[in-house]
Amino acid sequence: MEEQLKIDFEKLLENSNFSKKNAEIKRKNFDNFIEKGFPNRREENWKFSDLNQIISKNIKNLSFYNDLSKPNKIDQSIYIDGLEHNKLVFVNGRIEKIEFDYEEKNKIEILDDLVLEKSNNTTNSLLFLNNAFVSKYFKLIVKKNYSLQKPLVIYNITNKDLVSKNINLKVDIFLEENSSLKLIEFSNDKSTTNFININYNFNVQKNSILKNYKIDNNSNSNIKYCFNNISQDANSVSEIFLLSSGSEFIKNEINCNLNGKYSSAFVNGVFILNETKHHEIKTNINHIVENTKSYQLIKGVLEDTSKAVYQGKIFVDSKAQKTDGYQLSKAILLNDNTEFNAKPELEIYADDVKCSHGSASGSLNEDSIFYLMSRGLNYKEAKKLLINGFLLDVVEKITDSEIKNLIKNIMSLKQ
Amino acid sequence: MREKQIDKLKDYKYGFTTDIENIRAPKGLSKEVIEFISKAKKEPKWMLDWRMKAFERLKNLKEPNWQKPKYPKIDYQDIYYYSAPKSTSTKPKNIDELDPKLLETYKKLGIPLQEQQRLNGIAVDAVFDSVSVATTFKDKLNEVGVIFCSISEAIQKHPELVKKYIGSVIPLTDHYFATLNSAVFTDGSFVYIPPGVRCPMELSTYFRINASQTGQFERTLIIADKGSYVSYLEGCTAPMRDENQLHAANVELVALDDAEIKYSTVQNWYPGDENGKGGIYNFVTKRGLCKGTNSKISWTQVETGSAITWKYPSCVLQGDNSIGEFYSIAITNNYQKADTGTKMIHLGKNTKSKIISKGISAGFSDMTYRGLVDISSKAKNSRNYTQCDSLLMGNKCGAHTVPYIKNKNPESNIAHEATTSKISEEQLYYCQQRGLNPEEAVGLIVNGFCKEVLQQLPMEFAVEAQKLVGISLEGSVG
Repeated sequence: MEEQLKIDFEKLLENSNFSKKNAEIKRKNFDNFIEKGFPNRREENWKFSDLNQIISKNIKNLSFYNDLSKPNKIDQSIYIDGLEHNKLVFVNGRIEKIEFDYEEKNKIEILDDLVLEKSNNTTNSLLFLNNAFVSKYFKLIVKKNYSLQKPLVIYNITNKDLVSKNINLKVDIFLEENSSLKLIEFSNDKSTTNFININYNFNVQKNSILKNYKIDNNSNSNIKYCFNNISQDANSVSEIFLLSSGSEFIKNEINCNLNGKYSSAFVNGVFILNETKHHEIKTNINHIVENTKSYQLIKGVLEDTSKAVYQGKIFVDSKAQKTDGYQLSKAILLNDNTEFNAKPELEIYADDVKCSHGSASGSLNEDSIFYLMSRGLNYKEAKKLLINGFLLDVVEKITDSEIKNLIKNIMSLKQ
Repeated sequence: MREKQIDKLKDYKYGFTTDIENIRAPKGLSKEVIEFISKAKKEPKWMLDWRMKAFERLKNLKEPNWQKPKYPKIDYQDIYYYSAPKSTSTKPKNIDELDPKLLETYKKLGIPLQEQQRLNGIAVDAVFDSVSVATTFKDKLNEVGVIFCSISEAIQKHPELVKKYIGSVIPLTDHYFATLNSAVFTDGSFVYIPPGVRCPMELSTYFRINASQTGQFERTLIIADKGSYVSYLEGCTAPMRDENQLHAANVELVALDDAEIKYSTVQNWYPGDENGKGGIYNFVTKRGLCKGTNSKISWTQVETGSAITWKYPSCVLQGDNSIGEFYSIAITNNYQKADTGTKMIHLGKNTKSKIISKGISAGFSDMTYRGLVDISSKAKNSRNYTQCDSLLMGNKCGAHTVPYIKNKNPESNIAHEATTSKISEEQLYYCQQRGLNPEEAVGLIVNGFCKEVLQQLPMEFAVEAQKLVGISLEGSVG
C-alpha cells in the first residue's frame, strides 16, 4: 500500500496547483502518515475497531488519487423532501453545488483556498492522511448576530463510478458571536468499498448555538471515519445527534472543548445495525473551565452479527469546578452473535463536580413482550413497539421540532 | 535526626527496620541468580526448569505501559531478588527456636507468632523478605486435612498438587511482571482444602519487606477442592525508605465444584513520604479461576499503602453457575498513585459477578479504577453489576474511571454505574454541629462511604481497616 500511496501523492501534487506553503505542509503530513499508517488495535483509541484490519479485509487495491477535474451529475431525487434548506453538495468528494437561497447576502462567507495549519499537535494518523490528500479545504463563516433562517444540509454523495478509493474532506465551520446554525449532514452512497475520511472543525464563539445532525441511514459497503473537533466559547451551546445505521463501518469521533464559562454540549446517538455492520462512537468532552455542562445519551439496537462500540470520555480539568457531566449508554442485543462494547471513562481533577456515567446492555425484556402480547399484539409487533420506544427516548432529545420530525420519518418511528 | 525519625514514625507506625543479618543472592537478574534461589529453596529440577522457561520468555517481553501512573524506569539489575534472615537458613522446627529478633518484629507489627498469645483462631504464615519464617496452628489444621504451609515447603512435600496447579491460572506467558515473578518467585503461602472441608479457622499471611534494595516476589497458591470453603487474609507492611522497592506478586486461586474462596487483603506497604519520595511499587497479579460448577471466589481489598498500586484481582468464571465478587476500597493521599480494579471474565452459563469499588483521593494523589467485564457468547444468562464511586478531597488530586464492558451475549445483562463527588458542606456541618471535629467528621463520612466494602471483611480485619482508613486520610482536611 505504501507504494500506491507514494505514487498517488505525487500525482496529486502534479495535477493540482497548491501554493508552495500548502504543498510543504502536505508533504509533512504525508510523511507522518507513512510513518504511522492506518490505526490498529494496539492503539487504545482503536482497541475495539481495528481499522487497518477492516480496510484490508473490505477494500481491495485501495487508491488515494481522485481526479476532480470533471463535474459529477447530482441525483436530485435524494434531496431531503418536505424541508426547506440550504445546500452544500459533495459528489465523490468534489463540491458540486453551493446554494444559500434562504439567507441574507453577506451574512455567510465561504472560503475554499485555505492554508493548512502548520502544526496541529495531533497523533491521529487519519488526520495526517486527510491533510495530505484533501484537495480543497473549505471554511464556512456565519457572521456576527446572524441566525440562519433555514437549516443547512451538507450532502455527501457517492455514485457508482467510485470504487476502492480514499476520499478526504475537510470543512471548517466558524460561528461568530451570537450566531446560530442548524446543520444536517446527510450521506447517500451508491458506491462500493471506499474509505471516506471526513474532518469537521467547529468553532463556536460566544453566545452561539450549533445544532448538528448526522444521518447515515442508507445501507452501503463503505468504510468511514468522521472526526469532529468542536471548540466552544462562553455561553455557547452545541447539540449533536448521530444516526449511525447505514455504512459497513463508521467511526464518529467527537472531540469537544468547553473553553468558555456556562458553555454546554449535548451528544445523543442511536445505533441501528444489522448484518455485519460495525459502528463506533467515540466522544471526548473536555471541561476546561468552571460551570460547564455536558450530557451524552447513546442507545443501540443490534441484529444479526453486527457490533457497536461506544467509547465516551469526560475530562474535568482542576480549574473546572461546578462541572456537570452525564453519560449513559444502553444497548439491546437481538441475536446470539451481536456484540456491544462500551468504555465509559471519567478523568476528573476537580472536587466540586457532579459526574456520573452508566452503561447497560442485554436483551429485550420478556415481561414487557408478554404484557403487550396479552393485549393482542403479535410477537413481531410487540418487539417493534418496544424497540421504537427505546430509541424514541433519544430522538426526543432533539430540540428542533422540524428536524425531529424529519428524523423520526427517516427512522420510521411514529408516535 | 532521631527525633525527626520518631516524628515520621507517627505517620506510618510500621516504618521501622529490623536489624538482622541477611543472606542475599547476588544483585541483578540472571540465570545464576535463579539457580541460586532454586538451590536455596532445595527445589526439585522440574521447578528450576519451569523458572528457566519463564526467564527465557521474559527476554522477549516488554513492560506494559498503558497504566495511568507512570514511574521512572526500573533497573532490574539493581535489585536483590533474594534476601533471607541468616537464622532461617535451616528452618526452625517450632516457633520457640525462631530468632527472637524476628519474633519481636512480628510482635511490633501486632502479629504475635506464639500460638498461646493469639486471642482468636487465625493461622498465620509469616513471610519476611524472601522466606516464610513461621506458620502457626499447623497441627490443628492437619487434623482436618488442610494443608497450609509456605510454597517452598509445598514444592518439596506436595509436588503433585503444586505441579498440577501452579501456572494454571496465571500462565508463564502472561504479562511482564507475572513472568518475572514466575522466574524469580521466592516465597508465599500454599493452601489446599480437601473435598467437603470447611476450614476451621481464618488463614492469613503477613508479608514484610525488611531489607533494602530488595524486591519481594511472593507466590501464593490456594486450591479449594470440591465443596470446601476457606477464608484467607493477607496483610503487608514495609519500613520507610527513600528508595522505591518493587513488590511483584502472583496469587492464584482455584475453586473446584461447589467450593468457595474468600480472599481479603489489607495492603499497607510504605506509601512514601509527604513529598512522594520512596515507597513500594505494588505491581501484583491476582487471579482466581472458578473452575467447577457453583464455585465462588470473592476478593476484598483495602488499599491504603504503596507509592504506586497497580493491580487487578480478577475472576475467570469458567464453571457454570459460578460467582465472582470484588469489593475494593482504595485510598490515596499525598503523592500516592493507584490504578486498580478487576476483571470479570464470564465463560460459563449462568455466571454472576458483582463489583463494588470505592476510591478516595486526597492531597496530590491520583486514583484510577480500571475494570473489564467480558461476557463471551457462550456465557448464556450471565449477569454483572458494577458500581464504582469516587470521592475527591481538594482540587489537586484526580479520580478516574475506565471501565471496559464487552457483551457478546444477548441473554446476558450488564449494568454499570459510576459517580464522582466530594464530601458536601452540609454533611460536614451536620457532624460538626453534633460535636465532632472536622477530622472526625470526615472519618465518619468516609467510613460510611466505604461501609459496603468494610462489611465484607472478617471482623478483626474490619476494625483494623476502619482505623487504617482514618489514619490514611489524616491531614487531608482543611
